[in-house]
Amino acid sequence: MNWNSWSEFFLMGGYAFYVWGSVIVTFALLAIEVLWVLNARGSALEWVKAQRSISE
Amino acid sequence: MMGFLFRFASPQAFYRLAGQIIPWLVGIGTLLTLAGLWIGFFIAPTDAQQGEGYRIIFLHVPASWMSMIIFMAMALWSFLGLTFKTRLSGMMTSALAPTGAIFAFLSLWTGAMWGKPMWGAWWVWDARLTSELILFFLYLGYIALTSAIENPARRDKAGSIWSLVGSINVPIIYFSVIWWNTLHQGASVSVTKAPSMAHQMLIAMLLMSLAFWAYSIAIAFYRVRTIILQREYDAHWVQSLPEAQ
Repeated sequence: MNWNSWSEFFLMGGYAFYVWGSVIVTFALLAIEVLWVLNARGSALEWVKAQRSISE
Repeated sequence: MMGFLFRFASPQAFYRLAGQIIPWLVGIGTLLTLAGLWIGFFIAPTDAQQGEGYRIIFLHVPASWMSMIIFMAMALWSFLGLTFKTRLSGMMTSALAPTGAIFAFLSLWTGAMWGKPMWGAWWVWDARLTSELILFFLYLGYIALTSAIENPARRDKAGSIWSLVGSINVPIIYFSVIWWNTLHQGASVSVTKAPSMAHQMLIAMLLMSLAFWAYSIAIAFYRVRTIILQREYDAHWVQSLPEAQ
C-alpha cells in the first residue's frame, strides 16, 4: 500500500491534474460510448418495429 | 471446421453468438479493470524518476495498444470481406471503428497529460506521436467515408480498401521508436526479453490491456448487432426476434 492517507492519494505526489485528468477523460469517454451504443440499439429496434408496421 | 466457421458468417448466426458472448466479456472486463486499477494505483510502487505521474501508463499504454490492434482487426475483417464477399465482414469493420477512434484519441490525450509534466511539452512532432495522430485521422476518415456512401456493398468495399491501405501505418507506429530518433521512449516490454519495469507495474499494465481488449470486443459485438438489425431488418428472423416485437 503506497498511501498514508486519502489526501495523499488524491494529490498523486503533485501530479494530480495530469493523472486524474487522464483517468476522468478516459472513463468519461468510455461511459459515453457505452451509453451511445445502448441508445443506438434501442433506436434500431424501434425502427425495425416501425418498418414492420409500414409493410403491414 | 471451415463449415463451422463459415456458419458464423451468417448475420443471423453471429447475432445470436455475439449476444451470448457479450455478458461474459462484460464480467471479465470489469474484473480485469478492478484488478488492474487496484494494483496500478495501490500496489505498484512510486517511480524513482517520475514519482506518481507515471501511473498514467496504466491507461496510456492499453489505449495505445488497442488503437493499433483495432485498426489491424479492421484490416483483417476488410481482407476477409473482400475475399469471401461476406456482408458481416463489412459490418464488423464498421462496428470496430468508433472504439478504435476513441482509443486513438485517449492515447493522444493521456500521452499529452504525461508529456507535459515529464517532457515539458503537451505535444512534439516526434515520429510516434505523429503517426498515432495520423492513425486517429485514419479512423475519422473511415467513419466519414463510410457515412457518405449509401449503398451498403459499395460502402463496405470502400471502407475495406481504406482500412487495408491505412493499416500500413500501424507497423510504422510500432517501429517508429527504432527507425527514428524519438523523444517517446522505446519498448520496455518485448516478447523476447525480460521487461525493464517493476513487476507490479507490468502486471497492472497487462491487466488493464486485457481489460481494454475485453471492452473493445464487447462493444464491437454490441454495435455489430445493431448494424445487423439495421441492414437485415426485412429478414424474417429479425422480424421474429423477441426484442423486435
